[in-house]
Amino acid sequence: MKEKWKDAEHLIRVALLFICGLVLFVVVRHFVVPAGFGQYGHYRPQALGEIAARPISFAGRDTCAMCHDDEFKMKQAGKHAGVGCEACHGALAAHADDPSKLVPKKPDTAVLCVRCHEANTAKPKNFPQVNSKEHSGGAACGTCHQPHSPAMGK
Amino acid sequence: MSMNRRELLAQSGKFILLTGAAAAAWDYIVEGRAEAAPTYKTTDHWWAMVIDIDKCIGCGNCVNACATENNVPEGFFRTWVERYHIEHWDSEPQVDSPNGGKDGFPEKYQGGAKSFFVPKLCNHCADSPCVQVCPVGATFVTPDGVVLVDEKYCLGCRYCVQACPYGCRFINPAKNTAEKCTLCYHRITQGLTTACCESCPTSARQLADLKNPRDPVHEFLRTHSVQVLKPHMATHAKVFYKGLDGSVR
Repeated sequence: MKEKWKDAEHLIRVALLFICGLVLFVVVRHFVVPAGFGQYGHYRPQALGEIAARPISFAGRDTCAMCHDDEFKMKQAGKHAGVGCEACHGALAAHADDPSKLVPKKPDTAVLCVRCHEANTAKPKNFPQVNSKEHSGGAACGTCHQPHSPAMGK
Repeated sequence: MSMNRRELLAQSGKFILLTGAAAAAWDYIVEGRAEAAPTYKTTDHWWAMVIDIDKCIGCGNCVNACATENNVPEGFFRTWVERYHIEHWDSEPQVDSPNGGKDGFPEKYQGGAKSFFVPKLCNHCADSPCVQVCPVGATFVTPDGVVLVDEKYCLGCRYCVQACPYGCRFINPAKNTAEKCTLCYHRITQGLTTACCESCPTSARQLADLKNPRDPVHEFLRTHSVQVLKPHMATHAKVFYKGLDGSVR
């Protein structure tokens, strides 16, 4: 038997070397390539879960409406129905999580309203715009308008 | 038990190799699926955004909201607003975006043919050049159609920053990794809308799920003329603009 393989010994050595290399490759690859790589494509599938797990800052208007029902209903009946609560009040997911921990400050209507409503040539023509200096002479918008339902005479 | 050196090496070699292979097989079995949210199925969604140019007032709320929601470093933008001004109908547009539009746009022009605002963000291309150039698989299109960056795998080589035809990517100076709009992936997988859409006062931006038959986006796309940016790049961008002027680059 041994005689039979004698002439092929050099081939067997090469074959063994090749197998060892292959096994080494498989083992190293196992430790280097992250688990599940290629499950969806050429990337690490765990990244999806990691990115999805990041914390949120904006709670969303539906969350606000759970407690602040009166203000929400008033807003929905007026011109600002499409405006989200946090568009003016800022990101308040922390307040929604624990209302006592973060108490939001009331926005200053003198600064807030003009962000949208100050006249500008690039703004769509059908959007209500004013030249605030001429319009109110520097008085805060809240003096006359109710921000949640801004039309006059309400 | 007596053993010579050759036998010892052979035996230990077998042991190491077999346990390695078995460990690999076992890991493969127990690994399971990678998703976090149990009710959210990535294959049920195909996210996009529609932007109504005729509604954008350039208030910069979206830019601020994005920066707050995603801790975007100062001076960098995942979304920004550009102001286009065309003096005469045949003149080159003048484009400006002071601080990304974060602080609004102080009046700069008088008259002229037309001026308007264009909010921009990652187009979440279905055939994205940034994904194609990434050498390590750190950026990818998810099964729900969002282009994301794997911070842990990103080398910061900047190939993708160069490849993006829309200029939507930057290198985070603190992390030295590529960063861009994630379409608020952490929000949309929870059923919330993106931070920019949530805080847009005129609903100029709308998150859209193209795989959801009840999403109003289908009605919108059917009844309006929409355009994507740089369609000739064949990136299959998924941010659809209504009322986009031909001068917008």
